[in-house]
Order: sequence, then C-alpha cells, then structure tokens
Amino acid sequence: MSPRPGFVLEVDRSTPPTLFWHGEGFRLERLPEGTRLLYGPEPLDPLPDPVSAIRHALLHPLGDSAPLPELLVPGMKLTIAFDDVSLPLPPMRRPDVRQLVVEQVLDFAAEAGVDDVVLIAALALHRRMTDAELRHALGDRVFDAFAPHDLLRQHDAEDPSQLVHLGLTDQDEDVEINKRAAESDLLVYVNINLVPMDGGHKSVATGLASYRSLKHHHNARTMQHSRSFMDQEHSELHSSNWRMGRHIAASGVKVFQIETTLNTDTFPEQFRFLMRREWEWSPRDRAAFLASSAALARTPPRLARSILHSIRSPQKMTSVQAGEVEAVHARTTANVYAQQLVEVDGQTDVLTMGLPYICPYNVNSIMNPILVACLGLGYFFNMYRGEPLVREGGVVVMSHPTPWEFNPVHHPSYIDFFEQVLSETTDPIEVGKFEEAFATDPWYVHLYRTGHAYHGVHPFYMWYWCAHALAHLGAVIVVGGDRAAVRRLGFTPATTMADALEMARDVVGPDPTITHLHSPPLVMADVR
Amino acid sequence: MKALQFERNLPRFAAARLASTFGGSGRGAGVSPLRLVDLDPPELPGPDWVRVAPLLAGICGSDLSTIDGRSSRYFEDVVSFPFVPGHEVVGTVSEPGAPGAPAPGSRVVVEAVLGCEARGIVPPCPACAAGDVGGCERVAFGHLSPGLQIGYCADTGGGWSAAGLVAHVSQLHAVPDHVSDEEAVMVEPTACAVHAALAARVEPGDTVAVVGAGTLGLTFVASLRHLARPGAVLVGAKYPHQRRLAEEMGADVVVEPDQLHRAVRLRARSLEASGHLTGGADVVADCVGSAESLAQALAMVRPRGRLVLVGMPGSVRLDLASLWHREVELCGAYAYGTEHTEAGPRRSFELAMEVVSAYRLGRLVSAAYPVERFEEALAHAGAAGRRGAVKVVFDLRRRRARDSATAERSERIESGGA
Repeated sequence: MSPRPGFVLEVDRSTPPTLFWHGEGFRLERLPEGTRLLYGPEPLDPLPDPVSAIRHALLHPLGDSAPLPELLVPGMKLTIAFDDVSLPLPPMRRPDVRQLVVEQVLDFAAEAGVDDVVLIAALALHRRMTDAELRHALGDRVFDAFAPHDLLRQHDAEDPSQLVHLGLTDQDEDVEINKRAAESDLLVYVNINLVPMDGGHKSVATGLASYRSLKHHHNARTMQHSRSFMDQEHSELHSSNWRMGRHIAASGVKVFQIETTLNTDTFPEQFRFLMRREWEWSPRDRAAFLASSAALARTPPRLARSILHSIRSPQKMTSVQAGEVEAVHARTTANVYAQQLVEVDGQTDVLTMGLPYICPYNVNSIMNPILVACLGLGYFFNMYRGEPLVREGGVVVMSHPTPWEFNPVHHPSYIDFFEQVLSETTDPIEVGKFEEAFATDPWYVHLYRTGHAYHGVHPFYMWYWCAHALAHLGAVIVVGGDRAAVRRLGFTPATTMADALEMARDVVGPDPTITHLHSPPLVMADVR
Repeated sequence: MKALQFERNLPRFAAARLASTFGGSGRGAGVSPLRLVDLDPPELPGPDWVRVAPLLAGICGSDLSTIDGRSSRYFEDVVSFPFVPGHEVVGTVSEPGAPGAPAPGSRVVVEAVLGCEARGIVPPCPACAAGDVGGCERVAFGHLSPGLQIGYCADTGGGWSAAGLVAHVSQLHAVPDHVSDEEAVMVEPTACAVHAALAARVEPGDTVAVVGAGTLGLTFVASLRHLARPGAVLVGAKYPHQRRLAEEMGADVVVEPDQLHRAVRLRARSLEASGHLTGGADVVADCVGSAESLAQALAMVRPRGRLVLVGMPGSVRLDLASLWHREVELCGAYAYGTEHTEAGPRRSFELAMEVVSAYRLGRLVSAAYPVERFEEALAHAGAAGRRGAVKVVFDLRRRRARDSATAERSERIESGGA
C-alpha cells in the first residue's frame, strides 16, 4: 500500500485529543471543534538498495557534470565535505547516509588512484563534533582510516590560515570559505536534506564559510525578507547563498554536489504512536503512549533527556542525486516537498505546535530557551510555501517546558545572550548591535575552536531566525514553560492550552480559526 | 532607660555562634551576650563631649557578626566590655555641652570612629593628624577604654539605647532640616562606602565588579557613581529587590551572584584558565566579606587589578596563589575620615550626605523596631535579603517621647504638682 498523502482534518466531537510534543514529554490536548489539524504525508517508501542508488547517482550526475569517476585522476587533491551533527534529527541508525555516500566516493577515488583526500565536517559556526559523533556519521572504516592521520578535519571558521577570500559577489558580499576545499581540484559535498532550506549552494557557501561571509545573510534583515526561508523562490537567505555559490563556482572551485533525502519514519517502534494519527491509535499505541508519558514524567529531567537523545531514528533514504549544484538541488527540493508538503486552504488566526526535545543545535544537549524560540518561530513557523500558515497579527501557541537551562559546554555564548542581550531587547534588529562583540569575543572563539561550543555569534543567528515570525505575529504564547524564561524571550506564558487559546482571543478576537501543525512528522504547509 | 548591652560572656558567645549556625544570622540574639538592660546615660568623658539621644540606629553587618559570635578575634583588644552597640546613629544633642557643639535639640549624625582627638591624645597619631581617623593608631589607648568606634567602647554608650551615647564634638555632623531621619541614619554606612569607593582608586573607564548588594554593596555603587567615572559597574545581587536597587544606584549590569563571573568575562572579553579570568575587572569590591565572596572576587579581577575588601571579613581560608601570580592588589577599606578628592580634601561624612540625598538612600531603610523587640530586629537584619529588606534599624523616637513624658510626670509628682 502506498503511503497516504498529508491532509487537513477538522476537529469535531468525535476527534480524540491531539498529541503535542512537550519537550522531553508529551501532552494530549483537546482542541476546539473546527480546529484544523495538519498532518504530513506518511513516510515515503525508502530506496530498496541505497548503496546501488548512490552508485547510480554518482555515475549518472544531473546538470552539467561528468560522472564522478571521470572527475577523479591520480595526483589530484580531493576534498569531501559533509553535513555536521545538526542533521538528521534525531541522529539516524547506523549506517548513516553520509557513511554510505562517503564510502562510495572513496571507493571511486581509490579506484582512480587519488591519494590526497581530506574529509571536512562542514560546521560553519556550529560546534565541533565529538569523535563518537564523527564515527557515527562516517562509520568505523572511514573514521579509522582518516582520523588518525589528520585527514578527517572539522571546518574552523576562525583560523585565517585555513580560509581563503574569493572576493565579493555582485552585491558586495564577502565570499570566504575553507581554503583546503577551495584549493582542491574537486570538492565533493555530501548533504542530508531534511528540510527544503538544506543543500544547494548553501552547502558550501554556508557550511564551509567564515563569519565574515556568513554575516551577509545570517542577519535579521535577510530573515525578515525570507518568506519563508524554506521556500527558495521567496527566500533572501537562499538568494544570497546562491549569489555566493555562483561566485564560488566562477572562482574556479569545482563542486560535485551529492544530496540525499530521508523519509519521515522518524521514531523507533516504542515511540511509533508519535507518527500515527490519533484516531488510528491501536491499543498498543495507547499503551506505549501511556507507558512512555508516565515513565518520562517520573524520570529526572537529565535522565529523560539522556534517554531521548539516545534515540536513533529509523529514517531511510528516499532519494539521492548528484552532480551540478543547482540541478541536483532542484530535484532534491521536489523530493523533500513530496515527503513534507500538504496543501492548506487559507491562513489561520492561531497556530498551535508542540515542540520536541531536539532541534538542529542541541543534539546530545539541552534545548535552551533560545533554541525553543528558534525551533518554534524559526523552523516550524517558516514551514510554509505561499503565505504564512498564520495570518499577520495572529498568534503562535507553542507547547514546551522552556527550562531556564543551558549547556555551558555547547552554548556558552547563549547564556550571556540570554542574560544580557535579551534582558535588554528582544527586537532582532536591536539585538544586532551586540553581535560584533559576541562574534569576536576571544573566549567564545577559543571555545569554538578547541572545545565543543557553538560560535559566539550563534545565539544571534537563532534569534534572527525568529525575525520574520516576530515581525509577523501579534503574540507568541508558550504553554507549560518556565514563566521567567518565557517572559525573557518576550513571549507570554500560559499554564494550559485552554488558557493560551483564551489569551490568543484577546489578540485576534473571538472565535478565531485555529490550526495545529502536527509533528512529527515534519510537515510543510502549502498555503493556498 | 532601656538599652541593649553586650557583655563579655564566653558561654553565651558560644551559644550565639551555635544558634546562628543552625538558625541563621541574627537568630542567636536571645542566647547571645546581648541583653536588654536598664542603663543610666553614660558619663561625659571630658569637656568637649556632648550627650546624643538616638532617634534611629542601624544594625550593621559587623554588629550581626559580633552578635552571631563570628567576629574576628583580632578585635578583642580594640573593644571594651560591656558596650552598647550601635554606631550608625542619627540623634539629637540632648543637653548643653561643649563650646562649639550643636545646640540642644539639633539633629546630628555621629562619626563613630574614636580617633586621637576623641581620646584626648596629644599629639595625634600621623593618621589622625591628617584627618584620617579610620587609620587611627591609638584606638586602644588614651583616656577612653579601648574601642574602635562608639558602639564598641564601654565608655561611650551606643546607638541601641534610650539612655543615649556620648560623642566628642569632632564626631558630630549637623543634619539639615530637609534630610529625614531615615536618610540621616544612612549617612554613616554611606560614609564607609564613600571611603571604599575612593580607596578603590577607580580610573575613568575602569570596569568595576561589585560582589554583594546589601547596604554596603548598594551604597558603594551609589558612591562610585557619584565620585568616580567607571566605564561599567557590574553587580552580583542575590535577591530581586537588590537587583532593582542596584540598577537604580547606577549599576550597568546586575546579575545573580553566580553569574557575575560570566558577566565580567563578557565585559572584559577575557579568556579563562583555572577558574580565573585571564583578564577581568580592573577593580572588584567585595561587599560581603566571606571566604566564598573573596574567592569569587579574586577569580574575576584582572592581573595587577585591585580587590577592595568593603565588607568586614573574618578568618577565611583562601588560595592566594592567583593573587601572588597576577600581582593583584588586596586593599581594605575601613570606615572613613578625610577623603582626597579632585576638589580637595573633604570629610567622608560630607560626601556621604551628598550621596544619601542624590540617591535617596533613606529608601534603603526597610524596617524599624523598638529596642525591646531586638530579637526580631536582629533576626530580620540577619535575613534582610531573603525578607526583601536592606537596612533594619532601631527606632528610639517613640521610646524617647515616652521616657520624656514619664520623667516629666515624675518630676511633677516629686515637686508636688498635679
């Protein structure tokens, strides 16, 4: 039976309560009659033989590109860059797609007699991956062959000796990227395209870039003009990356792009109920929900977090395409849309969403309040094409405990940002006046380069990610969050969903239309 | 007349220490050597002395430390027993006294330090000769019993007494009519803060970190803003009302105490090693005086920076390796005297009066108790932060009015009047 497409259900008297993620737990909420529930398509069927599919993609590239083996010659300098720990979510079961792709590329390189090969984790300003994370992403064989010889590296956006400035785009944007990648005879980039924003020219222009380059598009103005940043046709973030990517190509950097898409079979069997539509829950799903909820509620938060972060997703690859960047990305985007897009008829006054324990920036870490804001207002709010799912002046209601808690190893500058920047202003434009000081703070630079810390500027980016939503919305309400933390974010705390919807009525008027973005799986609204 | 008197009584001293250990600061007052007694007014020690009837008398951290049985043994030879505590005093001159003294009924604040002039020591020590009474070398000598200050000397009485105290004319400062009693009682602690703010030798643009936001921390911030030009003042304050007040006093950044290190690092753009900032604040003022606060202060001061002890420390255990290695200047700031400002020498009390008025420091007086309720008052003062208070005082105004009425009635009866 082929997977069912996504659809919109209208809540009536017979509709069971709706499942909301609530950080490291769940809530069942009974939404008012007439509420639209937006369900994503069921997981697409995976490729039956991913290894063959990868091989086929490398041999039959898209766009103006020769097959990979033809690009590999003895004596050449080959660099393979790959997406970092922020993808996929949750981390997938072994073998990771990156491992499968990199192994194939390396096999071709070996056959061609290429021996100058370096692997680079394309961190941009993300934290460095641990050895365990690298091993998980690339597999034992690759890790053991490359890591001991310093041939498995992590992009360092703060080491001038490892960067090269390739000039300016026609809009005066600095293009500064990883020197080894830029000076290689061939740069192969291995992507996991979880959402439509991922991949394309953004892979190299962002993943291997420096702050000097990133600041041209990672800013509040760009994000306010990206409507949404998940929709390439209307994304200034996309446009800027494309200008940079084309400039990189024009500078002589030869990129062989490999992009992969995954299905939304996101959680393992014990959490399978998360993926099912509530009225289709079997007795076993109900039992699993009750058992998981009760167990997580009774488990100390740290342990619950650790349990959830140990989940390995059964996601499978649904497509792989390789070759010239733009041709590859066009195909990839269509495949992502096929998995995530759902047609929705018109906007809503109130958009509700349950936020999980994980986002791209807290893998094996704490979902701090800034990341809660970013996941809700950056990612989920922007999962639309056409019009925003919620109308201008509308309300977003997010469910998350929003603890006032930070991982000091991963997010040191987030603590300062939360304590000293958001306490002064939550306006993304105003926030920008503090950016330079954080971006150039030597301690943050040190921790980014030598520890496992996100770059000092990263919390600003998270806040900029919210810029479009913050300018668009009349209010943001957080259900069940730490009240002080929620207020620090500039949002309104509510104890229950009923309270939140009552508060929302004060903003949007009586009898609002309500839409719930049901997650998981990831779903993108095609608002007509 | 009712007064609180502190006696030398080792068993009660030990009991107070035990009680404060388990019950919290100020909780040991009932078992401490502090007793509510009937006292006559103290004798005038000399012709240049006057009697002062306290109106309000503050409870200071050093008082609490004494009553909790936690004050340093260092002070044993520079106090004399029994003494009436209370050195933060606004009162009225109660009877005609020395020539040049304020007229009876005048309100005064008392510069409590007992220097050479008060002690009748001629010639005065070099510090007193320079007007720096806080640095007096003769506090245990002269015709008075030993005592750093009024409030620790057996001969002078103290502020926690309806019987009043005696003060040398050189110790009195008239209180202008527009200054309330609450503002006036804040002058003495503010004078300490003024002295500390100047002792900190803050250069224009310096980053100053302040550990603690009780009375001393808040008055220190206000004094610093009034008298110096720091680039940024960062304060670690434990309680919400302290954080609000610290901002009102002019702090640029106010955070919870455990966040101060982080905030200073961000400001100084410092790195970190061994738990210490490699750069850090130019000046750190420790307005708490505990081993923890000192260690915290030491970890955030820059190499060759200055750590000023504003709060009274006792015996503490502290790793001084970083102080040695980073050549940090450790500097005490006790009491007051004459300050050397850009405008020339000024008495700390004069400057404090300005600061009190400019920053409306009377609002720091959070609660007032009669001396009879001293146990409650001291418990309140010991838990001031937790209970949303800053300065707790004894209010002797009602007691004084009642005593005067009683004395008048007795007089009338004795003289056969109706």
